[in-house]
Amino acid sequence: MIPLGHYLVVSAVLFAIGTAGVFLRRNLITILLSVEIMLNAVNLSFVAFGRSQGNVDGQIITFFVMTVAAAEAAVGLAIVIALFRHRESLNPDAFTSLKW
Amino acid sequence: MPDTLLFYLFATVAIGASALVIGQRNPMYSIMLLIASFGALSALYIQLDAPFVAMAQVVVYAGAIMVLFLFVVMLLNAPQEDAAEWDRTHPLRRPGVARFGALLAGLLIVELVWAFVRVNDANAAVAARGDVAEISSVRSVGRVLFTDYVFAFEATSILILVAMVGAVVLAAREEKR
Repeated sequence: MIPLGHYLVVSAVLFAIGTAGVFLRRNLITILLSVEIMLNAVNLSFVAFGRSQGNVDGQIITFFVMTVAAAEAAVGLAIVIALFRHRESLNPDAFTSLKW
Repeated sequence: MPDTLLFYLFATVAIGASALVIGQRNPMYSIMLLIASFGALSALYIQLDAPFVAMAQVVVYAGAIMVLFLFVVMLLNAPQEDAAEWDRTHPLRRPGVARFGALLAGLLIVELVWAFVRVNDANAAVAARGDVAEISSVRSVGRVLFTDYVFAFEATSILILVAMVGAVVLAAREEKR
């Protein structure tokens, strides 16, 4: 059987990819996608831990993460649409009015 | 060892597709690749004896959330990132910032390797404990969800309502007054 550590390594790599995406990309849509990758990485480690402990709690927390991800995507994309209407751009550097 | 082979196959697909997601300049390709990554992840969930999570992954994530992203990208007719501008203005192009980031990434890798070597649990098989039929059945998942986690479940419904109202308010076109 596959050791727990293998799943954790996959999860860590996915989370790192998501973090890199948030910092490297200059497109609000891709940044939101990177956040989704990070949430999925955490889901994978929850399910793997739950399986290794022999209970269903890991799976249940995964459902809550999914609902929060759906809410986050809806609100995040609404903000992206509102911002795009104002500036005709998806580059986060175009929205620096509040920058000190 | 078909199990191990399949694990490596799906893990490679998930990681490779996710890496390509952040390598694309066109958000449309990014979304398509992310759907592939989610499909591979749901296969990993099936290997972890969590078929209901796998189905929810496909239906909710790949089905609903990614379609929402696709709609927004198509509606906005979003411009692609400009490569030349990226090279000129990106803060990570500055040498100091880039070196600091590389240092942090190296530290993270060292820490992870140290943690996985030290912890004995990480080397134990993932399916060591528990009855597979008990863990993977929708019945037991539902029972725990509606008894131990019922408050969180109800709070989630309020969260979704708030998110729905918020999305409508934010994205609605402002009326001329």
